[in-house]
Amino acid sequence: MEFFQRFAIPHPSPAIYASMVAIVLTMIAIVVGVTYFKKWGYLWREWLTTVDHKRIGIMYLISALLMLFRGGADAIMMRAQLAAPENTLLDAQHYNEIFTTHGVVMIIFMAMPFIMALMNFVVPLQIGARDVAFPRLNALSFWLFFMGAMLFNISFVVGGSPDAGWTSYFPLAGNEFSTSVGTNYYMIAIQIAGIGTLITGINFLVTILKMRAPGMTLMRMPMFTWSALITNLIIVFAFPVLTIALLMGTMDRLFGTHFFTLDNGGMDMLWANLFWIWGHPEVYILILPAFGVYSEVISTFSRRNLYGYTSMVASMVVISLLSFTVWVHHFFTMGQGALTNSIFSITTMAIAVPTGVKIFNWLLTMWRGKIVVTTPMLYSLLFIPLFTIGGVTGVMLGMSAADYQYHNTMFLVAHFHMVIIPGVVFAMLAGLTYWWPKMFGFMLNEKLGKAAAWVIAAGTLLAFMPMFFTGLDGQARRMYTYSETAGYTTGNMISFVGAAILAIGFVIIVYNIYYSFRYAPRNIGSDPWDARSLEWATHSPVPDYNFAVTPQVESREAFWDAKKKGHVLFKEELKKIHMPNSSGVPFIMSALFFVFGFGFIFSIWPLVIISGIGIFACMAHRSFEKDDGFYIPVEEVKETEEKLGGAK
Amino acid sequence: MKVDQSLPLEYGTEQNQMNILGFWIFLGAEIMLFATLFASYFTLEHRIGSGPSGAEIFEITPVLIETFLLLTSSFTIGLAIHAMRLGRQKAMMGFLAVTLLLGLAFLGVEIYEFIHYYHVGATLQTSAFTAILLTTLGTHGAHVTLGLFWGLFILIQIKKRGLTPATANKSFIFSLYWHFLDVVWIFIFSFIYLKGMM
Repeated sequence: MEFFQRFAIPHPSPAIYASMVAIVLTMIAIVVGVTYFKKWGYLWREWLTTVDHKRIGIMYLISALLMLFRGGADAIMMRAQLAAPENTLLDAQHYNEIFTTHGVVMIIFMAMPFIMALMNFVVPLQIGARDVAFPRLNALSFWLFFMGAMLFNISFVVGGSPDAGWTSYFPLAGNEFSTSVGTNYYMIAIQIAGIGTLITGINFLVTILKMRAPGMTLMRMPMFTWSALITNLIIVFAFPVLTIALLMGTMDRLFGTHFFTLDNGGMDMLWANLFWIWGHPEVYILILPAFGVYSEVISTFSRRNLYGYTSMVASMVVISLLSFTVWVHHFFTMGQGALTNSIFSITTMAIAVPTGVKIFNWLLTMWRGKIVVTTPMLYSLLFIPLFTIGGVTGVMLGMSAADYQYHNTMFLVAHFHMVIIPGVVFAMLAGLTYWWPKMFGFMLNEKLGKAAAWVIAAGTLLAFMPMFFTGLDGQARRMYTYSETAGYTTGNMISFVGAAILAIGFVIIVYNIYYSFRYAPRNIGSDPWDARSLEWATHSPVPDYNFAVTPQVESREAFWDAKKKGHVLFKEELKKIHMPNSSGVPFIMSALFFVFGFGFIFSIWPLVIISGIGIFACMAHRSFEKDDGFYIPVEEVKETEEKLGGAK
Repeated sequence: MKVDQSLPLEYGTEQNQMNILGFWIFLGAEIMLFATLFASYFTLEHRIGSGPSGAEIFEITPVLIETFLLLTSSFTIGLAIHAMRLGRQKAMMGFLAVTLLLGLAFLGVEIYEFIHYYHVGATLQTSAFTAILLTTLGTHGAHVTLGLFWGLFILIQIKKRGLTPATANKSFIFSLYWHFLDVVWIFIFSFIYLKGMM
């Protein structure tokens, strides 16, 4: 019995017990459902073992949407708690746990997979490739991310959630002040998901550098692919820093080392530095693909070539370099001295320059364009003013002397939400709506889509604008309550209403998916938006092999020019197509990683050793395996192409 | 699989070329990994708390032996790849085996070194300095250990399947990995041991 006590929740509440029941019931429902409809075989063959970049993209998408609702529930709870002064909906400990998991879930388990979803689905299609460079590794990436996310998400019902903030600063995150296993979950779950992300980074770099269709030079790539290239470059150079920081944090917590402790020479600021050397580039890992989506959407719906293509590429390269030189601005008040702070102030403000270039390029793309306001375009139009609010307040925060006023207040919270929501979330919703017909073969309802966009934009403004003011008045972030005399009541009430409106916006999106699935017409053709890049040159939904014939590119706007100038994309005859084999090993190996991580979190060493051997066995199996893939014969390709509406 | 005969075997197929590029990018990530460890080492180097400093615990003899073993193994893996290019499978396997044996010997001496640190009171828990020292050395050592298994698997595959585009590709990538570990060791030797003993 004593063995099981460690799994108990240190700080339980009725809400957590209710979630436990809900989780168990959901799992039973899934198992019963899949068994009843006899779908285990289908699930295993078509999804769990798939190495197809399109299906992996869709699985990333589903995970991201699930995590969006998990993180959103956290957000609503926080805003509800702060809606009134001296509120007792949550106590301090629960509030700590909730803002911690909200941050981690939204950044690492929502925004990241959302980006990975679009990258996985779109990039190989945009460059005219059959799949990614290493399809098997791609599956491993997804499953590692997925298992990391699941591990993190069971924390609040098994052993306790992390409660030291998403930045997990030491010494607060050390054993002395964070006694539950919560922070172990943080260290291990993010580590596992992070390995997956690093593998994705390598995979997509090789894919984009080596697998582009003939004629597609680097400077002819669509802007979203460019943003993916730069993003993955940042991933490869930023994530190893996090790997080491998390390793040290894990060792401090589990093996009693003194990296970040206050005694025996440990240095708590080392964590803060390492965390943000990864953390700041991570911000650009999130925003650059978003910029890529906006570039595609704005150019498509202005019916014009993207303005300033070269400067768009150059500004992304500059951003990627500068992103590694600004990390200290996250802790100007933590004792560096004036010179260091000044240097990092300047580098921080310098990033506004390439970002500004991009904003002007989008505006100039729309200038004299024939703008069609579709849902993706509406998100892009809303993004520009809202993101600018977030960006300008970012420059305010970047001034180190002034930052002493803003540091750790709601002003900062308002700033990064005004950057991330209009920047990343709007872009992901725009991208989702834009590429949805390519993924599923029907379009999302435009009326509902636009309604959701307006509601979400209104909710964002209502939820976060008041925080700028309460923040300047001194409301600290991460405080679970405040007194009535502090004067934050009205602002926080408005924020709560805004959060509720945001939630309604997401409900409309869910309803839209349901509604469109039932009623949307399926005969939309392969190019419903009259778009410009190669992914629209193949069928919707896309056949397994993407393109029956490898396209040949002659210009930047390959598909547009094929439509308007009569460039011929598909010149060759049909040939047999080489495809990679499916494999269950990535799933099994990642499941073992889950057990491995769980063993670490609770220091159950036999479990760690057994699953560690299992992981090693999976790697050995891969080493010895002979896997040359298989060929789809010409007849089958011909048949599929005819079924999908004629050869393309 | 189309094999391009004008290129060395390990570059022969498109997948092979992608594997090699991918591995170079992976090494880029590994450089960041070790760079983070080194940066942390330099930060914590003098934060010894109540424990010993580097000058007090470093011993030149085992470190020199380790250095010679690893540097020699880097030479022999180079010979192995050269033999592979000449198509001499036996010589290639011999040099690969020698490489692995040298790696194993290196690991043996490193384990001896760790036991020595334990006996002089420099354990993982002693101070920030000992923690980062043992973590940096341990990360390198773990890479060597993994490399030993990996190299062994490749050796078995060459014995079974001969020098094919696949096995040649794996061997070449393994050689990149092994050289990289050698480079890391040169940094460890210079900036941890020599700097610490000065």
